Amino acid sequence: MNHLPLIIKREYLTKVRNKSFIIMTFLSPLIFIALIAFVAYLSQLNSDKIRVITILDETGMIHDVFKNSDKTTYNILHGMSLEDAKKVVKETEATGLLHVVYIVNEKTPRVTFYSEESPSLNLISALESNIEKKLTNINLEENGVDVEKINASRVNIDIAQESFEGEKTSKMDSIIKLIFGGAAGYLLFMFIIIYGNMIMRSVIEEKTSRIIEVIISSVKPVQLMLGKIIGTSLAGITQFVVWLIVGSILMTITSFVLGIDMVQLQTPQQEMMKQAMENPEMNMQAQNIFNAFYHLPLTNLIIAFILFFIGGYLLYSSLYAAIGAAVDNETDTQQFMMPIIMPLILAVYIGIFTVIEDPHGMVSTVFSFIPLTSPVVMLMRIPFGVPIWQQILSLVLLIGSFMCTVWFAAKIYRVGILMYGKKPSYKELAKWIKY
Amino acid sequence: MTNLLEVDKVSKNFGNFKALNNVSISVPKGSIFGLLGPNGAGKTTLIRVVNQITMPDGGHVSLDGEPLCAKHIQDIGYLPEERGLYKSMKVGEQALYLAQLKGLSKVEAKKRLHYWFDRLEIGDWWNKKIQELSKGMAQKIQFVVTVLHQPKLLIFDEPFSGFDPINANLIKDEILRLRDNGATVIFSTHRMESVEELCDEIALIHKSNKILDGKLIDVKRQFKTNTYEVGIRATHETVLAKELSDKFSVTKADFKSLENELKFNIKLHSGEKPNDLLTFLTSKGEVSHFVELIPSVNDIFIQTIKNN
Repeated sequence: MNHLPLIIKREYLTKVRNKSFIIMTFLSPLIFIALIAFVAYLSQLNSDKIRVITILDETGMIHDVFKNSDKTTYNILHGMSLEDAKKVVKETEATGLLHVVYIVNEKTPRVTFYSEESPSLNLISALESNIEKKLTNINLEENGVDVEKINASRVNIDIAQESFEGEKTSKMDSIIKLIFGGAAGYLLFMFIIIYGNMIMRSVIEEKTSRIIEVIISSVKPVQLMLGKIIGTSLAGITQFVVWLIVGSILMTITSFVLGIDMVQLQTPQQEMMKQAMENPEMNMQAQNIFNAFYHLPLTNLIIAFILFFIGGYLLYSSLYAAIGAAVDNETDTQQFMMPIIMPLILAVYIGIFTVIEDPHGMVSTVFSFIPLTSPVVMLMRIPFGVPIWQQILSLVLLIGSFMCTVWFAAKIYRVGILMYGKKPSYKELAKWIKY
Repeated sequence: MTNLLEVDKVSKNFGNFKALNNVSISVPKGSIFGLLGPNGAGKTTLIRVVNQITMPDGGHVSLDGEPLCAKHIQDIGYLPEERGLYKSMKVGEQALYLAQLKGLSKVEAKKRLHYWFDRLEIGDWWNKKIQELSKGMAQKIQFVVTVLHQPKLLIFDEPFSGFDPINANLIKDEILRLRDNGATVIFSTHRMESVEELCDEIALIHKSNKILDGKLIDVKRQFKTNTYEVGIRATHETVLAKELSDKFSVTKADFKSLENELKFNIKLHSGEKPNDLLTFLTSKGEVSHFVELIPSVNDIFIQTIKNN
């Protein structure tokens, strides 16, 4: 008799009705949004403050380099000793003192920044690049080079990309692909960690409450295990959907009520978009983003996402279920968790580092076939266009190893759920498979 | 009387450990069958084999004439020794779930549950969570869930543990009633007095082997020693004692009585009849106590285990 729907229903309902699950479901987006709003608020506070930088230029060369802006004011001192200048800076509570002086026998002037607190990296590099530019120009002119001419002859190249079939792509494509692939892989990673653990805990709960023997005198252990995995996953999907909905509603409300523009956080992009409207060259960029979306193999992406997501999730969750069955309580799970978490983390790192470098290189290709890493790595690769045969082969391998894992997990599960009071070693687990 | 359950030469190994070694038992229809044995003898493994939780390495099991298979799950009700319920689930919901797993429809399960809950006077627990109940209360619910689908074969492993005497009695009566209504019961326990009281048949398992089985009466016959407990008042006590020990094998006995009398255990040799003894005794004095010593299950258990 098939009890699977019944088991799935029970697992789902117990999870969904669980108080801490409900609280997590509705509280998490709240906390998340509150955090974003808080950060947005803080960054606004921060940017309101005007920075004052005092400059003591004994060379007379760079005083005209710096122009006051919304955020920074430059205060230029003349004919003062360094000590006096420091005093002035301390009294005016300026951010710091930039001191430029010639040293005997040195070609370039020495530049020093004095401040109470160590300055931010951004500030220092901004100052450096400005001074460098000015001094370079002076040097060039001294050597008889016309800076105007150099600037005029500078060329900006944006390589147009086109496939043999005549499809136009751009750099933006790669970025968009990376974002899509990365998001898909990371989502799977998070899903496995959160809900895999939930499955494991629910198996342990059945053991500790000693109901397991009653249940498996009615259903097959494999059915119980599958029911648990599917039921918990459905609960997980429900939670994800609620998070999305509640999150976007809250996002809208918060930005409305507090008047904080959440999107402002992504200032660079936004500015780019704004400029794109005005600037024809930038307009191209915006066009490129849309094109990039258009160029994504969307159908392939969605189908592959669903298949690899399910395959990968099932593979890992059956391992989690087996761990749950092998131990008596959660503290004992540690030794078995490592071999599961390692390939998962490996997959994410490989995805991030090698796929960016070369999506079709040796390393990323190989790891997109190895079942434990393939779901994450393949999902990251697919936006870059992976031949269908590779996808199918990887999927077949994934499903095949999923079957093996379920068989293997079911063995451990069958024996483990009736074992109490001892923490098994790997050797014992191997023995259980033969029982 | 035919047998409901036939276990034929079943063996089971866990690695190098032999949990069951060619064990055969036959459980007659409509009987209460006591499965006895010291801790770790293999009782639970045998029960799990019957429940298809553990697959045997060798041997056959048949239920009602058919080889045991998946559909028989519905014909068996099993109350394991290690039992529990989902702690955070409500009583009614949980009972419904477990009943449905045994193949009952939701409507039917609900109907029967209400009948049983009323019968055991636990109707108002329906919406309580298991964690709010005491252990004994949870046990009652487990009992109901075990018998709810009216299985042909009921297997109870230590059914009375956790019950107070009143509830234990209640459950005992329910088990007897179920037997009278046609169910066959396998009963595993260490409480010998309840075996004495309930079982028609017993089997004793020790160190993975079955070492004894049969009807309880037959087993007792097999173990009786033709010993009689005698209480007698005589005028010449020392003479009587001497004469008795010449004629029979006599040991001192100790039992409670109202009179201050001579107490003996007298063992008859083969060929000697209790009437001969009685006639002899009445000729010597006033017999106040004459009873055949029937071995208790407890004695049989200890004696058999020690001899193996």
